[in-house]
Amino acid sequence: MAECHPVGFQWVMEAKARGATVIHVDPRFTRTSAMADLHVPLRAGSDIAFLGGLVNYVLSHELDFREYVVAYTNAPAILREDYRDTEDLDGLFSGYDPRRRHYDTTSWQYDDGWDETLRHPRCVYQVLRRHFARYTPDLVADTCGVPSELFERVARAVTENSGRERTTAFCYSVGWTQHTVGVQYIRTASILQTLLGNIGRPGGGILALRGHASIQGSTDIPTLFNLLPGYLPMPLAAEHQDLDSFVAARAGKPGLWGNMRSYVVSLLKAYWGDAATAANDFCFDYLPRLTGDHGTYATVVNQLDGECKGYFLVGENPAVGSANAKLQRLGLANLDWLVVRDLQLIESATFWQDGPEVATGELRPEEIGTEVFFLPAAAHTEKDGTFTNTQRLLQWHHKAVEPPGDARSDLWFFYHLGRIVRARLAGSGDERDRPVLDLTWDYPTDGPLAEPSADAVLREVNGRRTNGVGPASLLSSYTELRDDGSTACGAWIYCGVYAGGTNHAASRRPGREQSWVAPGWGWAWPANRRILYNRASADPAGRPWSERKRYVWWDAAASRWTGADVPDCEPTKPPGYQPPPGARAQDALAGTAPFIMQTDGRAWLFAPSGLADGPLPAHYEPAESPVDNPLYRQQANPVRERYDRRHNRLSPPGGAVFPYVFTTYRLTEHHTAGGMSRSLPYLAELQPEMFCEVSPALAAERGLAHLGWATIVSARAAIEARVLVTDRIPPLRVRGRTVHQVGLPYHWGPNGLSTGDAANELVSVVLDPNVHIQEAKAATCDIRPGRRPRGPALLDLVADYRRRAGIEEDPRE
Amino acid sequence: MSRPGGHGSGRGERAVVPAAEPRSYYGRPILKEPAWAVPDVPVYLFAGGMAGVSATMAAMADATQRPGLAAAGRYVAAGGAAVGVAALVHDLGRPERFLAMLRVFKPTSPLSVGSWILAPFTGLTVAAAGAELTGRLPRLGRAAGVAAAGLGPAMATYTAVLLADTAIPAWHEAYPELPFVFAGSALASAAGAALLAAAPAEHGPVRRLAVLGAGMELAAGRRMERRTGLVGEPYRTGRAGALLRAGRVLTAAGAGLAAAGRLSRRRAGLAAAVSGAALLAGGLATRFGILAAGTASARDPRYVVVPQRARLAERGLGDPAAR
Amino acid sequence: MSNRLSGPLPDPAGDAGYPDGHPPRVGFFTDTSVCIGCKACEVACKQWNGVPDDGLDLLGMSYDNTGALGANTWRHVAFVEQPAASPDGGMRWLMSSDVCKHCTHAACLDVCPTGSLFRTELGTVVVQDDICNGCGYCVPACPYGVIERREGDGRAFKCTLCYDRTGAGMAPACAQACPTESIQFGPLDELRERAQLRVEELHQRGVPQARLYGHDPADGVGGDGAFFLLLDEPEVYGLPPDPVVTTKDLPAMWRHAAAAAVTVAGAVLASFLGRRR
Ligand SMILES: Nc1nc2c(c(=O)[nH]1)N[C@H]1C(S)=C(S)[C@@H](COP(=O)(O)OP(=O)(O)OC[C@H]3O[C@@H](n4cnc5c(=O)[nH]c(N)nc54)[C@H](O)[C@@H]3O)O[C@H]1N2
Ligand SMILES: Nc1nc2c(c(=O)[nH]1)N[C@H]1C(S)=C(S)[C@@H](COP(=O)(O)OP(=O)(O)OC[C@H]3O[C@@H](n4cnc5c(=O)[nH]c(N)nc54)[C@H](O)[C@@H]3O)O[C@H]1N2
Ligand code: SF4
Ligand code: SF4
Ligand code: SF4
Ligand code: SF4
Ligand code: SF4
Ligand SMILES: [Mo]
Repeated sequence: MAECHPVGFQWVMEAKARGATVIHVDPRFTRTSAMADLHVPLRAGSDIAFLGGLVNYVLSHELDFREYVVAYTNAPAILREDYRDTEDLDGLFSGYDPRRRHYDTTSWQYDDGWDETLRHPRCVYQVLRRHFARYTPDLVADTCGVPSELFERVARAVTENSGRERTTAFCYSVGWTQHTVGVQYIRTASILQTLLGNIGRPGGGILALRGHASIQGSTDIPTLFNLLPGYLPMPLAAEHQDLDSFVAARAGKPGLWGNMRSYVVSLLKAYWGDAATAANDFCFDYLPRLTGDHGTYATVVNQLDGECKGYFLVGENPAVGSANAKLQRLGLANLDWLVVRDLQLIESATFWQDGPEVATGELRPEEIGTEVFFLPAAAHTEKDGTFTNTQRLLQWHHKAVEPPGDARSDLWFFYHLGRIVRARLAGSGDERDRPVLDLTWDYPTDGPLAEPSADAVLREVNGRRTNGVGPASLLSSYTELRDDGSTACGAWIYCGVYAGGTNHAASRRPGREQSWVAPGWGWAWPANRRILYNRASADPAGRPWSERKRYVWWDAAASRWTGADVPDCEPTKPPGYQPPPGARAQDALAGTAPFIMQTDGRAWLFAPSGLADGPLPAHYEPAESPVDNPLYRQQANPVRERYDRRHNRLSPPGGAVFPYVFTTYRLTEHHTAGGMSRSLPYLAELQPEMFCEVSPALAAERGLAHLGWATIVSARAAIEARVLVTDRIPPLRVRGRTVHQVGLPYHWGPNGLSTGDAANELVSVVLDPNVHIQEAKAATCDIRPGRRPRGPALLDLVADYRRRAGIEEDPRE
Repeated sequence: MSRPGGHGSGRGERAVVPAAEPRSYYGRPILKEPAWAVPDVPVYLFAGGMAGVSATMAAMADATQRPGLAAAGRYVAAGGAAVGVAALVHDLGRPERFLAMLRVFKPTSPLSVGSWILAPFTGLTVAAAGAELTGRLPRLGRAAGVAAAGLGPAMATYTAVLLADTAIPAWHEAYPELPFVFAGSALASAAGAALLAAAPAEHGPVRRLAVLGAGMELAAGRRMERRTGLVGEPYRTGRAGALLRAGRVLTAAGAGLAAAGRLSRRRAGLAAAVSGAALLAGGLATRFGILAAGTASARDPRYVVVPQRARLAERGLGDPAAR
Repeated sequence: MSNRLSGPLPDPAGDAGYPDGHPPRVGFFTDTSVCIGCKACEVACKQWNGVPDDGLDLLGMSYDNTGALGANTWRHVAFVEQPAASPDGGMRWLMSSDVCKHCTHAACLDVCPTGSLFRTELGTVVVQDDICNGCGYCVPACPYGVIERREGDGRAFKCTLCYDRTGAGMAPACAQACPTESIQFGPLDELRERAQLRVEELHQRGVPQARLYGHDPADGVGGDGAFFLLLDEPEVYGLPPDPVVTTKDLPAMWRHAAAAAVTVAGAVLASFLGRRR
């Protein structure tokens, strides 16, 4: 966190100054470890075993916050008799179809019945106990390489700091997510935090430290193929013929998703305005439909297979930043046209000239058909807009300077592109042009560049009453959204950011002038609520669990919820409220239900639905691992997404040829694929060259010299890097043998002031089945002294390695 | 990786000050090396010193009716001063940068004081030499010569303060002896120049000057190296050590020859020439050596850490954790 | 007089001739125990002061690739990897942001012949690059090896304590950028009190290695305007353990030089006495 969120880390330092214990779990000793009270080095890719060990520690010592667990989680729920656990099936759950490598989730559903004593053998609590029983300290040591004394120190620290009087927080980022089991990493932490009663309470929770300055914003109002704004799903081609079928699964059901129809209709009204009427299903048919996986990696495969012909790269540098960079470049080289909008001439725009494949002779510039358009982009300092940060806080930024030369904001680009396309289509009678022609595309522009007003966009996102005009018509909360077309809202979760005609994202009240929750700084979705599910900070009767941890509570006298934050429930819904028969949405949730996005208002220790790879987390080895799975016969996540094709082969488990684990990561001094840092002298000089980090033991084993060169080889590629020999990446004892890890920052590429090979040449495309994220954090390699070969000889080296590892590469593909 | 905070500069000479191998930041220097260019600055030290003594000597020669020696002294003084200024300007890059020295007079800056000595001294010696050369304005020439003679000794010694008034251990710790080393060296160099420039008939005082100067330089130098212990190590080792040893041998030989030259009447001319050359070479070697020693002592953090640690230890202040 | 050159000097600005009522002396307390090595200070300094980059050079000194303070690096973050002192093994990673000390008795300023280096009304030490003639005297004079001549330019450069910002009541760029308040800027007296409390707190928390450096007005330079809390011996961070301003000995130096000068005169005189040959 100190490395990659240094400004956010100031709050960790403040907590530390107030006596908080900071524990850092990371294969490497980083700048964060340097500030931590305890650093726990573990094998990359083994955290489910580690966290599972903590869950087992809590359950086997009965250290869970029992009242909280019984009242606020699905621990008492009884599961179906035909549910089978990884315990029964040696690493698989019931419902697995080996042919389609896919789970049927029927057997994961609840059975009837409820046992608040948590004794019923089929209740979630007991299933959990059995499932995690084998995650013992010894197993943690054997799997993660964490000595059991060290593990128990962590276990004690976490459990002793949780309960009524105290809370523990977890912070994670892509060290946890970039795995073929990434989502299950987070699930394990959620189970632990829920058992300990650390969710919805001050000082608790699981903080996802996000990436690019507004990556949170770009999931809220998504750049993701399978989501619409506000986490509404993208309709599917077959299933969702009309609005009713689209919302059927949720509309009217208990919980806030019960209002899904209002959210969707308001969104459609924002898109298509007056054209969207009840008569035409509010233009629901204008929405595109999903026919399958259109994630970035699936798209790369489509490019390689010639199905994807044109591509926009807006603020992304896959030729360096995405897994298996060669695959990325070969995909881009197989397009008809490519538009790159960036601050710099990045590798993704110049790969056709001087990319690695040109050096190896795999590509010849004159034979590449892709027409590349490079359009300089304006940076955040050169335009107005919002950042949504890691804690869901929208913060407005004002333009400081005009963009230089031809540089334009992305808003400018897309608005004017849309304007021109619409002008071209004007008067067309073709039905398929209606969605474009009917769009509300009326943003005011100003200045010599005709810059569209970002403020107007934020107002559209906030939403308004369609009959009204001016500030008064702006909505102040998502509770005001209607499904009859009387409201338009660009993203229901952002509704209220512009309440009363004020841009609350621009609020800047200093901390000393307001309460410790600081609601006057920026605006947090939803409803400027700073802690989600904060109803859980009070007991079922609405009293704070403890004075020390009071946050929001039921004020019986005023008969409403009050406290330091906006309560995450209807302010006047008494704790004793029981839903009347036929109640819908939030009204169908009892006054004791904090987790209002769930149909049962409870935190899910066991997830009957929503996950592709199991209702509970289980430790699987990374797709590439030097060891066998210590827990189950099932080696890796059975439903991981694989692309077993040319240039993307994986090495077999227990590899003799690729004996070492490598992991990739960031340095404070650089940013991601480097377009924003390798090109700046003041940053480039701070980490001037690509390097790898190895332990003195590995250096001795492989004859690597400090500051000398090393060549790192995976089943895909070989790269070279300068060597830093350091104790910060210690070897570990796993499965009775020493496992060495090689650390690789992934910031470098051929362009810019500071250049070097890209770590992503080595990384394979193998993905988490829930969110399609690449496994960039754990794979296998070999490392040898000296620089890599140049030209075609580089391919021979890698081919030779593959041959020795018995990996088939079919040249005909 | 090289263990930072562990053993920095690994060369294990026995420290005179008892201390474990000192720790350092990757063995990197703590101080910056003197920014003064070589050969400019050592040449300036040499020429300035020689010029200073020559001016005084010229006045004495004049007063004792040794016209040849007087003339030689005046030319050497003027030439030396001119070379000194030239070297300084070259080091600074631009002439006006030398004039900037005369913006202010700062007693705390030996360079400022020195500039205020060098500037008039140069003027006076050039005037005196000019009068000598042209035969014009003899009285003014003589007056200038006398005035220059007054500044001469200062010219010969202030440069020692210039070096000593720095954080460079080898220079600063040597401040009691350094002026005498420079003075002796200047005397010997001036004598050497005179032996070459003046007629043997007038060499009597010059030979005595050579012997006195050499004796002074060698004695003071010996005492300096003895007293400064570890900090003086650069004077004994490496390139600096070699230069200084060469300087000593040449100076001693030059002085010896000069003294001997007095006895053998016949070979006087040749002997004088050889000893003169030896003395000048010795003077140059000494100045280059002392500059090199300063650079070497700035480069190795031991010369900063060990003595300062010892100082702290005497005051009973060490690592608080150790207390 | 002695306090002009060394020893405690409560008010350097006053000593430099600023009238009473000049602003209080400001400086830095750099608490390295909370430094996360983000180098924001280094970058902010270069950005604000337009300092050129120091060249792209992988040094292999942990994550330090700028190496030392100099003409082109006015804030320098040192990185030291070492085994932890704690019984249960592990390691320590020290990070420390170094800067010009703005000494009470600044050798660089004392020896500067042109008056280019001067003492500001805030008690800080600043180079005026329009006056500096590149003589280089300040360079070997600095007991901390801070100031340096810039390649190609020839003039000397170092931290100005953001004279242009502090003069306007703003915090220096490096302090402003520091996320963890490792760099604390303010009136020196307040900083010294705060530092004393911090070091005691750390000792209570079982960090006996914590010690202040450059805070003591009685030290060899009369105390630093920019002082530090360190977790190991100063030399481990590349700092001199007990620096002394060289001009402390200047009077003695002149005395010896004078004696030597007299000896020169005497020697010349003596050599002209005696028989005429
Ligand atoms: N300075 C800087 N800041 C950034 C960025 C940047 O490039 N530079 N990028 C931004 C972006 S886009 C993002 S997504 C965030 C990412 O922020 P982080 O996730 O903090 O970044 P990483 O360094 O990729 O990964 C963090 C750590 O995960 C460790 N790790 C690797 N494998 C494992 C594992 O299996 N288990 C555990 N427990 N740890 C593991 C690595 O050693 C590394 O130290 O940072 C953001 N902030
Ligand atoms: N091996 C490995 N691979 C990884 C990761 C890892 O940890 N290991 N991390 C992954 C993660 S979390 C991420 S987020 C990705 C990041 O990978 P990328 O997003 O591909 O890399 P960036 O360098 O962040 O690309 C962002 C580009 O946007 C440009 N830019 C900045 N501002 C603007 C703007 O306002 N408009 C436009 N149009 N362009 C702009 C920048 O110049 C930069 O070139 O890398 C992923 N890949
Ligand atoms: S770069 Fe921006 S987002 Fe990243 S830590 Fe610094 S301030 Fe925060
Ligand atoms: S640290 Fe050096 S440069 Fe800075 S004021 Fe002191 S003597 Fe001058
Ligand atoms: S280099 Fe410039 S600042 Fe340094 S002493 Fe010479 S004139 Fe003064
Ligand atoms: S005070 Fe200003 S000049 Fe000095 S280091 Fe900080 S930013 Fe640089
Ligand atoms: S900005 Fe602060 S925390 Fe970052 S390196 Fe500099 S002193 Fe350390
Ligand atoms: Mo990211």
